[in-house]
Amino acid sequence: MKPLHDLVEKVKPHFEKGGRFEKFYRTFEAFETFLFVPGNVTRRGSHIRDAMDMKRTMVHVIIALMPALLFGIWNVGYQHYKATGVEAEFIDQVVYGLIQVLPIVVVSYISGLAIEFIFATIRNHEVNEGFLVSGMLIPLVIPASTPLWMVSVATIFAVIIGKEVFGGTGMNILNPALLARAFLFFAYPSYLSGEVWIAGTAEQLDGVSGATALAVLAIGEGEMPSALDMFLGTIPGSIGETSTVAILLGAIVLVATGVGSLRIMLSVVAGGLLMGGILNLVAVNEFMEIPPYYHLIMGGFAFGTVYMATDPVSASQTGVGKYIYGLLIGVLTVLIRVVNPAYPEGMMLAILFMNVFAPLIDHYVVQSHIKKRMKRMEKIPAKA
Amino acid sequence: MAKVIKIKKGLNIRLQGQAEKILETAPRSEEYALKPPDFHGLFPKMMVKEGDRVKAGTPLFFDKYNEKVVFTAPVSGTYKELVRGAKRRILEVKITPDADTEHHDFKIGSLGDMDRQEVIDKMLESGLWPMIRQRPYSVIAKPDDKPKAIFVSGFNTAPLAPDFDFIVKGQEDQFQKGLDALAKLTDGDVNLSIDAENTQSNAIRNAKGVKVHQFSGPHPAGNIGVQIHHINPINKGDIVWYVDFQDVIIIGRFFEKGIYDPSKIIALTGSEVLNPRYYRVATGAKISDITRDNIRQEEEVNKRFISGDALTGAKVESSGFLGFYDNQVTVIPEGDKPEFMGWLIPSPEKFSVSRTFFSFLMPWKKYRLDTNIRSGERPFVITGIYEKVLPMEIMPMQLIKSIMINDIDMMEKLGIYEVAPEDFALCEFVCPSKIEMQTIIREGLDTMQREFS
Repeated sequence: MKPLHDLVEKVKPHFEKGGRFEKFYRTFEAFETFLFVPGNVTRRGSHIRDAMDMKRTMVHVIIALMPALLFGIWNVGYQHYKATGVEAEFIDQVVYGLIQVLPIVVVSYISGLAIEFIFATIRNHEVNEGFLVSGMLIPLVIPASTPLWMVSVATIFAVIIGKEVFGGTGMNILNPALLARAFLFFAYPSYLSGEVWIAGTAEQLDGVSGATALAVLAIGEGEMPSALDMFLGTIPGSIGETSTVAILLGAIVLVATGVGSLRIMLSVVAGGLLMGGILNLVAVNEFMEIPPYYHLIMGGFAFGTVYMATDPVSASQTGVGKYIYGLLIGVLTVLIRVVNPAYPEGMMLAILFMNVFAPLIDHYVVQSHIKKRMKRMEKIPAKA
Repeated sequence: MAKVIKIKKGLNIRLQGQAEKILETAPRSEEYALKPPDFHGLFPKMMVKEGDRVKAGTPLFFDKYNEKVVFTAPVSGTYKELVRGAKRRILEVKITPDADTEHHDFKIGSLGDMDRQEVIDKMLESGLWPMIRQRPYSVIAKPDDKPKAIFVSGFNTAPLAPDFDFIVKGQEDQFQKGLDALAKLTDGDVNLSIDAENTQSNAIRNAKGVKVHQFSGPHPAGNIGVQIHHINPINKGDIVWYVDFQDVIIIGRFFEKGIYDPSKIIALTGSEVLNPRYYRVATGAKISDITRDNIRQEEEVNKRFISGDALTGAKVESSGFLGFYDNQVTVIPEGDKPEFMGWLIPSPEKFSVSRTFFSFLMPWKKYRLDTNIRSGERPFVITGIYEKVLPMEIMPMQLIKSIMINDIDMMEKLGIYEVAPEDFALCEFVCPSKIEMQTIIREGLDTMQREFS
């Protein structure tokens, strides 16, 4: 790697103070540190440091997203050929999926990273790694039929309003990827509901219902897919969210490496089952009659649980807080789905809602911690 | 006595270069130095002039803000020079030693006959006092305070830490005498913590006149702050004192012989040391005396010399001096070479508490860690990892954040009085955002101290 390093060193002076491209130093730095972990050494405090850093953390989330992405690519093609009634080989389905999905991923990364670099340059701080994950999450939570310009607008909105106005990665209140989804949902509702879930069918076919299971239940028309199909993911839906199996694989990666919080995942599931169970007992309409576990495999529940709710920045930051936060996400999701037919997908709204409340939950957890400390003070006489 | 306080949270960092239990005598240094920066918050005022003759125990300087506290020469010789740093801050007070050390005689009577004030006066006069430190703030104790208890840790769990069982061998009586002297200083208990399994020495296990507490578990179980937290935690308004293990021996030696003889046994450790061993040296000795011809020679790799352990020690030059409170010298490689795609490649040579590297699969492997930070500083992103290495009823991230925003009320409520920078060393080690937590904790303690003095 010597020649590459020499090259980096050779162009470096142009980007440093007084160089021709001084303004682009942060951009250069981002690429330099991407290629080479810099030889910066500790000066004080702990002389040795754990090998773990932000880049590596983010890379593991990307790895965990791979099953969902790969399955999503295939499923986009599979759904397309199924809806159009054309016989297609596995390879055709994948190729069609790639043609639909790859541009979305690329557009998401380019628009988001551009904003990141601009802000890093303006504010003169290092480019944060957070968007490496957001840039992959955004394509996975939208339908493959979303126009590319919309992907770009939503990403830019999410990065600026969701993150940079608060000070960048680590300071944001809302999950940027979900914010992008919510932006699309409210700004262009016609593109994110109805007959959008199967790429490349809208104009050609009238007879095919591309509705998701949630829409079927909310509207009360159409045919519910089987539980097995929903679990495997061979159903219409956003690119990455359909397959519970693929998402479970990702969850295993996240939990095994310690990157994702198992606490949150489990409590979201518990909350969903709890609320689903209660509504199932009441069962006054068709939506309430479904078995509670259906909620886990429908729509974005699994995807949100594993990848969105666990975002450490926008989630609750205290141990106990994570349980409360997760549980309420699960409860709210099912509640929104079943009780409010206007928004069949409750996951996105529930997480965003709880993102806003996470600091409040933390506040009360910290207060109870302080109370406990005060009690201890009373127990031990000040002067023994 | 049978009760063992089990520490579950924490982390043992497995480094190469544990010292072999062989005691060597270091050659006499050509110069010794006392380093005022070793004593946090000290503002030294010199009491000697260049060229003055000093004996071991002759005062060199005192603390401007705490005038009774003097610092004395560790060996006899000639006061050579001051080394100053930025803003003319005094960094080193250097002494050229005599061939044989001449000790100032402090005319000590029998310890049993002395009362509290006499013991304090003698300790102040002889320069032993700086060995008595206090919590909160982790600074030299004030002689006028009355501590609610005194704490001594009888074991050390830091990376490559010296074995106190080995050090105390042959000095058992002095150790006991030191504890007796400490018992005079407080109406409360003198608490001695031992490692439930590994402390074998009878002098430590069955020390007299003190309360012995058994601990077990990974680092930082040996940290005095963690022990205080579990034995008799500090609340607002409390003051406790603590003394380093070897300083207890030095104090005992003083009350036995009436001389200030700060010689101690230190461990030379780290992956870059050819023969890691124990050495008998005097406080302020030159590190090169023991590292000379004992360091791996490679042209490619620069070395980091640390007075203390790899988590909390002070960076020194290869020709630098041993710190006042330090019991070990660690030499590790500098990590000043860039690494291609280093964040992506899971080399088996890397150590991580997270399971994103393979070190968790090899619990037997010992590592040659370097000083590379691995990435730049970021805001807090990952949560829940700091709690795993801090065995205290304290919320580390919330405390650090309250210090960052200078919220004094919150710092107090979250327990800043109980902590010292060293207690956050592991949090700093594991932090993926590479936040300098020990520095932040020290800033917080400084803020509190300013606020209440």
